[in-house]
Amino acid sequence: MSGRWLAVFVGMMVVIGAGYTWHARQRHARAAVPVAPGPAISLRTPGQLFFRNTEPGPHFGRVAAVPIEQLGQVTPPRRVFDAECDRFAVAAGVGLCVAQQPGVLPPMSDVRILDQDLHVVRQRALPGTVSRAKLSSDGKLAVWTLFVMGDDYSEDRFSTRAGIWDLTTDEFTKTLEDMPVSVGGKRYFSSDVNFWGITFAGDDTRFYATMASKGRTHLVQGDYRLFRARALEENVECPSLSPDGKRIAFKRRESPNATTWRLSVMDLATRAITALAETHSVDDQAAWLDERTVMYGLSRERRESDVWAVPADGSGAPRLLVAGAASPALVYP
Amino acid sequence: MYLASRSGSGVAAVSKSVGALRATTSNVVALGLVSLVTDISSEMVTAVWPLYLVMGLGLSPLQFGALEGVSGATTALVRLLGGHFADRWRQLKTTAIVGYALSAASKLACLCAGSSTAALGAALAVDRAGKGIRTAPRDALISLSSTPDALGRAFGVHRAMDTVGAFLGPLVAMGILWASLNSFEAVFVASFCIAVVGVLLMMSQVRDRKAPPAKAQSLGAMLALLRLKPFRRVVGWASLLGLVTMSDAFVYLILQRRWSVDAVWFPLMPLGSAAAYLLLAIPLGYLADRIGRWAVFLGGHCALLGALLVLLGPAHRLAFAAVALVLHGVFYAATDGVLMAAAGALLPEHAQARGMSLIQTGQATARTLSSVAFGWLWTCWDSRAAVMVMASALAVVVLAAAIARPLHTEDAQ
Repeated sequence: MSGRWLAVFVGMMVVIGAGYTWHARQRHARAAVPVAPGPAISLRTPGQLFFRNTEPGPHFGRVAAVPIEQLGQVTPPRRVFDAECDRFAVAAGVGLCVAQQPGVLPPMSDVRILDQDLHVVRQRALPGTVSRAKLSSDGKLAVWTLFVMGDDYSEDRFSTRAGIWDLTTDEFTKTLEDMPVSVGGKRYFSSDVNFWGITFAGDDTRFYATMASKGRTHLVQGDYRLFRARALEENVECPSLSPDGKRIAFKRRESPNATTWRLSVMDLATRAITALAETHSVDDQAAWLDERTVMYGLSRERRESDVWAVPADGSGAPRLLVAGAASPALVYP
Repeated sequence: MYLASRSGSGVAAVSKSVGALRATTSNVVALGLVSLVTDISSEMVTAVWPLYLVMGLGLSPLQFGALEGVSGATTALVRLLGGHFADRWRQLKTTAIVGYALSAASKLACLCAGSSTAALGAALAVDRAGKGIRTAPRDALISLSSTPDALGRAFGVHRAMDTVGAFLGPLVAMGILWASLNSFEAVFVASFCIAVVGVLLMMSQVRDRKAPPAKAQSLGAMLALLRLKPFRRVVGWASLLGLVTMSDAFVYLILQRRWSVDAVWFPLMPLGSAAAYLLLAIPLGYLADRIGRWAVFLGGHCALLGALLVLLGPAHRLAFAAVALVLHGVFYAATDGVLMAAAGALLPEHAQARGMSLIQTGQATARTLSSVAFGWLWTCWDSRAAVMVMASALAVVVLAAAIARPLHTEDAQ
């Protein structure tokens, strides 16, 4: 190959690479979802479902809201806010926004506390990629999960860090990894312990989370004040407590090697587990629409997802709540 | 041709080689350039990979576990086959091109795989296979493109250029994410284009080296190489040293835990090692040519031993952590290319790729075993005890290797 041909081919590659980059930029700028006008709403306005908008276009990744009465329409006009979040939660007028810092490598994420008008009031930066976020029901404890690849840099392996921010005392727990855990009544030791998907009970003390180690996952029940936990169930991930604190929704694998998760609910008093009517594999930390209904994101394709709801007692069938949405959080009426 | 007399006396050969030196060096630089460009391409994907999987596709930890199943064992086998066929067909350049092309194709495969874990795993496997196939023939080309007395420097130049690419990759990825408003697809497309440029450079700028045909063509010829006493010794000692070498991941993890390095800085630690590697690869390669490759190779392991001792020492100053990182970089600079240079000088021309793949596989397998053993020690006792065991074992093996002097004939030259 002569130098001229080499130059031609290299030039072609540069044009393709740059052209695709420009195309991606343009695609991002086209709106694809109707945006609703109307009177201002806040994180205290009852009956609003907040979520992360995943319809492509300039509003992609922003926090949006739809009134609960309009849910079920395929693309209800949504009110879009300025806050860009990869995971969003709301409770008692407080918002939790965990957002990937754009174009930063190695990946960094911001944990932002929002006031009722979605303005940032506190912010902390942490290394990693956003995975989960929740608030305790009184909005005083913010919890999240980030993926970190540094722990095992050379082996393409990931680990997770789940943290707690006590907004009353400003105590900031970056990771639960140091927390003593017992499995089967015995203290568990391993260097590969990972936690993810925390959910708090109304007393701001009891919490549930996923602990993974040596290829197994456990549902653990923890005590935030004593900072310790014990394992309850195996093959269970991403717990989410019901508003009454008596049931936990989670994704569950029938066996450690199963590749799909079934959305299920466990009664804490009886430990009875009910598989819900959703038959697709659900990979989300679910939220509760009301005492009888669980809602969750289900990925559609590439970066886009929809929010669905299904009865919490195993009956009925899943129904679409909002298309082009993820990370649902309801301001209870 | 000079290379035919590589086992002959030095003086006559050197004078003969002066004319060829320019040409051979340019081939090494061309190979370095190919590696530099290819490393930009692969490291930009590595850098956005977690973001893409989590933010782009919404995969969860256990799905990553499935991706991780692309095992080192397959890579080892592919590498041996790549080395074997490169020599058997006497097609070092073509085999290397196939490897580079496979990795380029895997970037597009990642794009098309969507969120299917199986398809992503397959794309990743194609990338690894490409890397496995190309490594040994590429190193054989470097070795055959250089004069035996300058092999260390040749590999030093190549490894330094390779590391420059690894530094640039994440920066290029950041630029594209910024320009495309966070489109991972744009990063993959750009990475593919850059990988294709690497393949084009390989095709147009690198000159093939045809070794004389080998007598033995079967796969058994690979094992026959082990009948060469000096080469067998190098493979044996390199593997034995690999068994007592602590893996990078553990070095970084212990550094982070002992010095409570803020997690924000954690991903920068490998860059610290890489910077030392980049700066020292050429000087240490040069030194290896002057004072003996085995001496520098063992010296590198002494640097690793030093790094382990620092890990065990007092942790009150962050400067100690930096010293450990630099020593770790010295270890790489003094061992990675230098071992290939040592092996290249011992191997017959027709079996360079085979021999390279054999020694690389031996070393990689030993290091995998060492990681498993270290992880087990860590779980049973604790990190400190595990490092102590590893450091003691390393000291014993280095001492034994220094006494055995497997390459003393080379040193005498």
